[in-house]
Order: sequence, then C-alpha cells, then structure tokens
Amino acid sequence: MNPFSSGTRLRDMIRAIRACKTAAEERAVVRKECAAIRTAISENDQDYRHRNLAKLMFIHMLGYPTHFGQMECLKSIASPGFPDKRIGYLGLMLLLDERQEVLMLVTNSIKQDLNHTNQYIVGLALCALGNICSAEMARDLAPEVERLLQFRDPNIRKKAALCTIRIIRKVPDLAENFINPAASLLKEKHHGVLLTGVQLCMDLCKVSAEALEYFRKKCTEGLVKVLKDLVNSPYAPEYDISGIADPFLHIRLLKFLRVLGQEDVDASDCMNDILAQVATKTESNKNAGNAILYECVATIMSIEDNGGLRVLAINILGRFLSNRDNNIRYVALNMLMRAVTVDSQAVQRHRATILERVKDSDPSIRKRALELVYLLVNESNVKPLTKELIEYLEVSEPEFRGDLTAKICSIVEKFSPEKIWYIDQMLKVLSEAGNHVRDEVWHALIVVITNASNLHGYTVRSLYRVVQKASDQEILVRVAVWCIGEYGDLLVNNTGVLEIEEPLTVTASDAVDVVETAIKRHSSDLTSRAMCLVALLKLSSRFPSCSQRINHIFIQYKGSLVLELQQRALEFSSIVDKHQNIRSALVERMPVLDEATYSGRRAGSVPAVVSTSQGSPLNLPNGVAIPTSVPLVDLLDLTSDDVPVPSSSGGEFLQDLLGVDLSPASLQSGLNQAQISGTDVLLDLLSIGTPPAQSSSSIHDMLSSSQENNSSINVLEQLSSPSASSAVSTPPGSSSMMDLLDGFAPNPSKPENNGPAYPSIVAFESSSLKVTFNFSKQPGNPQTTVIEANFLNKTSNAYTDFIFQAAVPKFLQLHLDPASSNTLPASGNGPISQNLRITNSQHGKKSLVMRIRIGYKMNGKDSLEEGQVNNFPRDL
Amino acid sequence: MINAVIVMNDQGKPRLVKFYTFQTVEKQQQLIRSIYGVLCSRANNVSNFIKVDSLFGNDARLVYKAFATLYFIFVFDSSENELAMLDLMQVFVETLDKCFHNVCELDLVFNFNKVHTILDEIILGGQVLETSTSEVVRAVEEISKMEKNANSIMLGPSISGWSSR
Repeated sequence: MNPFSSGTRLRDMIRAIRACKTAAEERAVVRKECAAIRTAISENDQDYRHRNLAKLMFIHMLGYPTHFGQMECLKSIASPGFPDKRIGYLGLMLLLDERQEVLMLVTNSIKQDLNHTNQYIVGLALCALGNICSAEMARDLAPEVERLLQFRDPNIRKKAALCTIRIIRKVPDLAENFINPAASLLKEKHHGVLLTGVQLCMDLCKVSAEALEYFRKKCTEGLVKVLKDLVNSPYAPEYDISGIADPFLHIRLLKFLRVLGQEDVDASDCMNDILAQVATKTESNKNAGNAILYECVATIMSIEDNGGLRVLAINILGRFLSNRDNNIRYVALNMLMRAVTVDSQAVQRHRATILERVKDSDPSIRKRALELVYLLVNESNVKPLTKELIEYLEVSEPEFRGDLTAKICSIVEKFSPEKIWYIDQMLKVLSEAGNHVRDEVWHALIVVITNASNLHGYTVRSLYRVVQKASDQEILVRVAVWCIGEYGDLLVNNTGVLEIEEPLTVTASDAVDVVETAIKRHSSDLTSRAMCLVALLKLSSRFPSCSQRINHIFIQYKGSLVLELQQRALEFSSIVDKHQNIRSALVERMPVLDEATYSGRRAGSVPAVVSTSQGSPLNLPNGVAIPTSVPLVDLLDLTSDDVPVPSSSGGEFLQDLLGVDLSPASLQSGLNQAQISGTDVLLDLLSIGTPPAQSSSSIHDMLSSSQENNSSINVLEQLSSPSASSAVSTPPGSSSMMDLLDGFAPNPSKPENNGPAYPSIVAFESSSLKVTFNFSKQPGNPQTTVIEANFLNKTSNAYTDFIFQAAVPKFLQLHLDPASSNTLPASGNGPISQNLRITNSQHGKKSLVMRIRIGYKMNGKDSLEEGQVNNFPRDL
Repeated sequence: MINAVIVMNDQGKPRLVKFYTFQTVEKQQQLIRSIYGVLCSRANNVSNFIKVDSLFGNDARLVYKAFATLYFIFVFDSSENELAMLDLMQVFVETLDKCFHNVCELDLVFNFNKVHTILDEIILGGQVLETSTSEVVRAVEEISKMEKNANSIMLGPSISGWSSR
C-alpha cells in the first residue's frame, strides 16, 4: 500500500491552501486535491477514505462543491470501525442535507447504530439524526429514539431528547408518542438531561395542543419546584457561569413556564411567587444573571395579568437601561418595545431614562430608543418630548440626524395640539436639519400654513428671522421663499402681530433680498431656484416699488442654461414688462389647500378629486341640469379644458333648431320646470333671441364668463358635416319633438346635479345571453362614463369560467373592474355585473363604440360570442 | 433555535461553518461574506447583537464576539435569549480553550473536525445540548480515546488532524 497513492496528508493540504497567495492558486490546489479524491473514490480506496472525507469537509468549508463525496460518507458510516463511522457521520451532517435522496440509503445504517452496544456510536447516530433527519427517517426511526429516551447513560438521553425535537418538527403526528417519555425527563436530576427535556416538552407543546394541556395540568407545579430548588441551590461549580448556577436551565425553565402560563390563569397563578423570587433574588452584575432576569421579564410580560409583577419586570428593564453593558441596554429596549403594548403606563414611568438612551454612544441602541420614544409619545407628553428631541437634534451626529428628523416630524404632525406649536416646531427642525426633511413633510407644512390664515403673518415673520440664521438649510429656504412670496405684504406691513412676537421691521427690499440671496446661493438646486423665481414674480406685484429690481433678476436668468429657469424667467419678465394689467390677478395668493384632501392623497387612499367647479355646468345659475350640446357651449366657452362637453350629432342639433323655430313660447314652460336634458338646454340657449327675462339673464351670465370665442367654428363644422345635411332632409320626428316642446324631457332626467341620467341599453343579445348596460357619470367629470354591465343567462344551463372582454377605439380609454362572479347561473338567476369605466377623449365630438367578446363554458364546452355595441346613448 | 455557528478570522476566512438549517454551499459562502461585511464595518463600542432578517429572514439575530484574530458568530431566531447566546458562546470558547490548551486560530484550522466534535457536544440540531464545559471536555476526550484505541488496534493510517496534534 503506497502511502502516497491518494495525494497528500490532510495537514499538508491545509498548509498548501494556506500558502496560496491568490484565489486562483487556491482553486488550483483544491482542483488537484479533488481530482485525487475522485480517483481514490472510483478505485474504492478504503484505506484513505477517512482522510479524503476530512479533506472534503475542509474543501466544503471553503465553499467548493463536494457532492461527489456523498456516497463515501454512507460507506464510511456502514464500516465497522469507530473512526470511520465518526468521520462518516460528520461528513453526513456537513456534506448532505435532508433533501437528497441519498439520505434514504443511510436510514438502515443509522438504525443499526442506534441499537449498537457502544454508546458512543449510538451518540454519533443520534447526533446525525438530530441534525439532518427527514420526515421519512423520522417515521422509521422514532421507536428507536423513543427507547433511547430511557437509556441508562444520561449523555444518550439528552441527545435523544434533542433528536426527538427534530423528529416531531418533521412529523408532528408523532408527538403524542413522546408526551409520556418527555414528561418523565422533567423529573431528572442530571442538568443536561433536564435542560434538553424541558426543551423537548416546550417543542411538544408547540406542535400538539394535547401535550400543552397535559403539561399544564401535570407538570406546572413540578417545574415551579425545580426552578425553586435551582434558585436556592448551593453553588454547583460544574454548571456555574460567572457565579450563577446553571443560567441555561433557569432560562429554559422560565421559557417553558411562559408557554404554560400564557392564556391560563391557574398556571400563571401557580408561578407568580417563583417569578417574583427570581426577579428579586438574581444577581444582576453579570451577564448570566441578567440573561435570567431578561427571560424572567419576558415570562412575566407574557403570562396572565398580574399588575404587581409587571411593574417589577418593567423596573428591571428600567435598571437595564442604565447598565454599562451595551448588550443589556440593547435587549432592554427590545423588551420595552414589546412591553409598551402590554402596559404602556408602566413604561411611561421610565421615559426619562429611555430618552437618555436616544443619546447613547451605540448607534443601534440610539435607533431603538428613538423608536421606543416614538411609541411612547401621546397628546399629553408631546411637548416636553419634542423639546428634548429637538434639543438633541442640535448636537446629534450627522448620520443619525435623518432618522431623528423623520421621527420628530412624524411626532409633531401626529400629536400637535395646536397649529402655532406645530409651525414653531417645524421651523426649529427645518433650521437644524432642514436637509434631512423629506418632501412630503415640508409639503404638509405648507398646507398647514395656508390653512392657518390667522398665523400667516406670524409664520412669514418667523421664517424671515430663522432663514437669516440658517440659510444653509435648503428646505428651510424653500419654505421661507414660498411664504415670503405668498405673504410678503404681511411681512412688511406687520399685519396680524401676535402678542408673543418681538417687533420686526422689514422693508420690501429686505424681503426681496432674502429671495435674491436664496436664488444666488451656490448650493440651491433647481427646485429651490424655480420657487425663488415664482416668489419674485409674486413680490413684484406685492411691492410695485421693487418691480424694476426684480425684473433685473429675471433678465439675468433669461440666459440660464437650465431650460426650466430660462423659460420661467422669460415668461415672468414679460409679465412684468408687458402685462401689468393681469399681473395682480395672476399672482394672487394660492387658494387654501384642503388638509383632509391632502393628507388623504398622501396616504394614497383618496384619488385626486377634481374640484374645478369653475366653468362646469354644475353651477349654472338657473339650476339647469347639465351638459349642454356641443356647438353652442363651445361658442360660449363655458367649459374649461378639463370639462369637455358631451357630443351631439348634427342632425339632432338641427332638429333642435327647428324646434326653436316652431314654438319659442312653450319653450319657456320647459325652462321653468328646470327639468331639462341636454337637448333642452340647447333650446334655452337658442332662445336668446326671445325676450323672456329669466332665461336671457342666465344666458348673459354664461356669456360673461367666456373668455375666448374661438370655437364658433365648431358650429360651422357641425353644420357642414354630411350627417348634418342628411338630417336636414329628414323631417323632424314629430312625437318626441312635441314632448320636448311641452316641456317634458324625453329622457327622465334627474333634477339633482349628478349629471344627466342615461337610458339603459341592451348592448348585446343572442339566443343564450343578454347584456344590458346602465350608465352613470361622476359629477364634474363628463368625459368618464361608468357602465354597469349586467349579464343574463337565457338558457337553462349554468355558465362557468365566464369572461367578458371589450375593446374600444383609440380615442377611448377603457378600464374594466373585476366581475362580481365568473359563474352565471341558469335562467337569469342572479346575473353577473361588472363595472366598466370609459374615458372619452373626444367627448362631445364622438360617441362611444365598443366591440365585445364573451367567453364561457357551458357543460364543459367552450363558447364564444362576439358583437359590436353601436347603440350607446349620445353625449357619453 | 440556533441557525448557524460560524467562526471566521478577521480576514473573513471561515474556520468553522455549521448551519443547522440547510443552505447550499453557494448560499453559505454568500452569507459568510455578508456577515463579514457587517462585522468588519462595526465600531468597537457597540452592542454584540445585530438584526440579520435580511440575510436569514424571520426575525433572525446574530451575536458575535471577537477573540484575538477570530470572530465567533451565532445566528439564532427570536425563541432564543440573546444574553444566553452570549453565555453559550463563552461556554464554547472555554471548552475549546480546555481541549486545545490556549486555543489559537491555527488549532482550529488544523483540527477543524475536532472542533466539530466539540460543537456537536454543545449544540445538537440547533438546540443547546450541554452547557457544562467539563461535561463536554469529558465526552470529547472519550471520543478521542476511542479513536486512538481503534487506530492502534486496526493499525490503519494515522488520522491526521485528529491525533497528530
């Protein structure tokens, strides 16, 4: 036997690897070794199997693939010698995992080893099983392990206990077999066995309610006694860790008591005394003692209510907070965080200590303390806490400021008792750490400022003061510039001075100075500069005396390389130069932003509400219900861009025209009814030529609100379109015409300002299916139509996998909501409904049109129906 | 439950890697690298606990301690007591010290499978098995003795890295 046949010794391989200077060298050495090992494996070299496996484990640790050695582990385990078995099991645990099929092959070897006469071999097998056991192995080997729980040697018993944990985790059904043997482990005297026994019982409780009930009833008292003996036990040097007798057993017992005491009053009562004893008697000057106290606190917080113990527990945590050891402060904060939800009153008592920890030298502790403080804030303590935090902000380290600022802002926003306090605090934060404030926060601040109309003067003056001192805080500068632009006049005139304010004299040019400094600041970014330009424009109107100076600034920025600034400067300069007459109207104060809407939108819950009531027909003075027909409205230009008018075909338009000619008198009655659909309004409008006072006055209003009259062309286009001419040749439908003239709306129109109601249509009908559409419009948004589609099954078979698809031309936008169901019961029992939302970008010019496709399964057979919907009501 | 025990040196070279929840070799290496990245950027005056949810998920924490050139690292979940883990690490290190008589990095490098044997006597399947140093040392010595006897009887090749210390 050539000792060099299988490469080098393990020691030499490790040396060679350690001697490698580069990763490439290391790879080369490993490759060579692996090649030698593979050869040895293929030659079935048994003499060096042990050494090769050891090498493979080392190689595995370095992160190289070693799967080719897996079978060697199994062979090694199956061999009789102890060293081979040992290295085999070690390899099994490191190189294999429970998911590999190879593992099945080892079950038999493990079974034999579990029954081996040598207890060390039994130990090896238990250890491997506890680490990698799969569900199948668990089932096969559970009886052996169960037997080993009563083995004479405690070392085997404790390993068997932990091995059982793995087994019941893999196969929870096996738990009940182990309840009794596990319970008997709790009576052990051997520390190791007791420790693992308690752990096993705890895991049994996790997977089996039956076990939990059993241990609660039978073992709680016994465990309390074990813990009592342990607490009072004499010094046991073997298990001593820094002067505390067996802290691990303490901790395990406390943990198990927690499991038993949770949601069980009797068990909780039973353990109160011992918990109090542990909490008071344990020495707290060593880590081990504190570990026990920490576990004890966790148990007290989890078991059923006992106010006295909880106070004791939270006081322990309070003491922890002042401990010199970082680790103890760290875990104390973690635990207090959990305790806040249980007993926030008791935690509040330690507020001062917690606040101290916000200033801890350890960043991870600072961060936790800050989170805890955040949880502790309420309406009653927000002022002192914020004061402390802001004071700390001034001296905090730069890397911590972001977190701190975010939390302060959030606290201030959430709990501020009054607006002036909120504004004051925000200004402090902005002037200290303005660069860490996120956009939403200062946006929210501006919303609050606009809403606090009595504080406008106060705010702008405060901002003026602080911005002089802290001009390097970008966000502060932005807010200041915005407010000075809006409320510059209040700043100069000292309007609305509060008692607490110190007098301040600011001239118009001082105010402009602030903005000019800001725009010229080197570090100002685009947003700030653009805001400055707007503010300057506003100031040029507020202070006509500075107009010239401001225009000079604009002129400088006309040459800006940044397009945005250049464009603004150009536009603003021309406003100052040439459009003095509209300037003041242009730069009026911003309308107050609705706080509720803003915060809702911030939360993302409320969609942007269109509230441009100006120009919307909703507010027409005579209460006429809504969208009027195209040409005339365009002519009057009542509508703003976002409220386009509904469509009408030229033919109908002409009918209306004719109708007017027929009887202007009866038209009046229609008007007075104020129940007028779109077509009727048109008639009203055309009645301009007739004298009736009521209608003409309202039309006058409409006319006066128009600004541009450029769309009259529409009328001509409509009139000259082919459809129009064809309509001319058609005699007007007499019956509906008469209705109309009688003042009854042809369609039942709702009097409330919801927009007109539209008749339902049958969009599609076949022998098997009927689809009806109901229409509605959201007020203020005439472009969008909400269609409720109802599907009715006309056959006697239920449809499954029902799916409705729709397609629209490009000028329409379609949004389909999910259908109420995908099963359509037979014979019209319970139709499916589905909402569609269509936005018509050519609203008023083109009508809706839609192709639809309906797929479903009837008796397992796929069906598909298609159709086109052309009969939409006009004006949608 | 303990998820992993890792010993690495201050260069990030692994000296002992034991995962109690299965990870592929690649994943193991990646985790070791990430942990090393976290540890070597940590200041001295801070706590020994790190939240590692991002690496191990599920409320995992890590406790580490530097001994000479080595980092000892235990990764565990919320069911374990952090301070107790620190004590357990102390037990492990003390045991190593007793088994190797003033343990140093090289001991671990050349005797890594003995280190595994020691660890297996302290932690089994992610649970604490034994916390008494003397019990562990006794068990490990018994196993060494068994190996030696077996080798002398079988006259097989010497098991380097185990007996040839």
